[in-house]
Amino acid sequence: MAPTQHIVRSYDTELEQVDRHILAMGGLVEAQLRGAMEALVEGDREIAQRVIESDTQIDEHEHQVDELVTRVIALRQPMAEDLRRVKTGLKVAANLERMGDLAANIAKRSLVIETPHQVPQREALRRLGNAVYGMTTDVLNAYRDGDAALAQRVWRQDESIDEMYNAIFLAILADMIADPRVISPGTHIHFVAKNIERIGDHATNIAEMVTYMILGSLPDRERPKGSSVQGAEEQP
Amino acid sequence: MKEATTSASSVSVRHAHSGVAMPTKVHARDVTVHYGDKQALFNVTMDIPANSVTAFIGPSGCGKSTFLRCINRMNDTIDICRVGGTITVDDQDIYDPKLDVVQLRARVGMVFQKPNPFPKSIYDNIAYGPRIHGLVRSKSELDGIVESSLKRAGLWKEASERLNEPATGMSGGQQQRLCIARAIAVSPEIILMDEPCSALDPISTAHIEELIDELRENFTIIIVTHNLQQAARVSQMTGFFHLGKLIEFADTGELFQSPQNSMTEDYITGRFG
Repeated sequence: MAPTQHIVRSYDTELEQVDRHILAMGGLVEAQLRGAMEALVEGDREIAQRVIESDTQIDEHEHQVDELVTRVIALRQPMAEDLRRVKTGLKVAANLERMGDLAANIAKRSLVIETPHQVPQREALRRLGNAVYGMTTDVLNAYRDGDAALAQRVWRQDESIDEMYNAIFLAILADMIADPRVISPGTHIHFVAKNIERIGDHATNIAEMVTYMILGSLPDRERPKGSSVQGAEEQP
Repeated sequence: MKEATTSASSVSVRHAHSGVAMPTKVHARDVTVHYGDKQALFNVTMDIPANSVTAFIGPSGCGKSTFLRCINRMNDTIDICRVGGTITVDDQDIYDPKLDVVQLRARVGMVFQKPNPFPKSIYDNIAYGPRIHGLVRSKSELDGIVESSLKRAGLWKEASERLNEPATGMSGGQQQRLCIARAIAVSPEIILMDEPCSALDPISTAHIEELIDELRENFTIIIVTHNLQQAARVSQMTGFFHLGKLIEFADTGELFQSPQNSMTEDYITGRFG
């Protein structure tokens, strides 16, 4: 990712190791998110189990990133781009770990719903899931390729994700009012939608950090936010 | 906030102090230095803030020490050296032919790479400057200056019982603090430091760095260092020199986190060359 190499080559090796763990984590999170959505909309219980189990691998990678970054800070005293890179690595890993937890939670909820036909707003959920999956893939590519423009595109998408989530929330609410039998699956599905939206928030955080890593400054305006639903404002 | 300005558009200059900006103490415009036919410094332009620590970094031979030595006209001592451009201290042109260089060097003190105490007692090392500059009228006044200089240099506790012992008997770190005390004794406005810690161990270095931080309340300090971490630790502004040019001059925190120039970036991250 760096334009030129360090005079001390083992320094490059250490930074590359950080990247490798992050990209491995990213790949696992992508697979988790895709699997969790499939488990939910297709009712595939086996995939749901796999998604839940892969969480420990993600945790292990995060632990490795933590150790490596601490070591680099202690032994190399990184500066400038190197400093931004390890700081970003640490934050990206923490965000990916949370994204994995949220995907695992979606998979767990999919197991509670008996058939996928019970899922209210199934198509809208699929669209939300696909959009957030796309953001996740893009932001990981931006990290891998040092592509600030792509990171900033991801960062701007957060607004449309918030709007999609709000629309789903209102639709589920309407479904539940119309038919009380929807209340039980609807409650789970609302949590699922919120989890997907939160995964999008984490992808946006990563986009911010990747922009900072590459350009040395954060994106230059306040992050766009979708209109909030009464009583459903984002938790900090 | 005061904006640093420069006529050399190729140099990135940024001030990002969140607090009150310091007035400019040293104002350098298009400073050039030639050693015979060889040009060592190219149009260096910068404003060095008062009561701050400004660090110069850059690879060997980049001109940082050459520029430092322009500020108290130490380059005058080299026959083949010619200095161009203007340097003012508090708006006074220090290359004005009417200016008394001895007086200038009392205003702009210097501490060198290797501690260089005179082969005299600790007391006489400090008393030397005030005596030759005629700053004292009595022994008790001189005693007072020796004590206060040693105190300000953090050396009083270690030195007060051995003022008449030879300074060369002190440890390297103590000798360097003695040299700083000697510089302070003539009440300079600016202290130039050329690699003051390169011959010292980490503990002595920490003492000097703590001292530099305390001294900036009363003095303007300009330090040349090869130790990037030291520049980052002690300074508020940092200038990066390369091949005789000032490449970037910025707030130290910004320069070490997000340098604007790719040469600065490569140098401070160890990718140079």
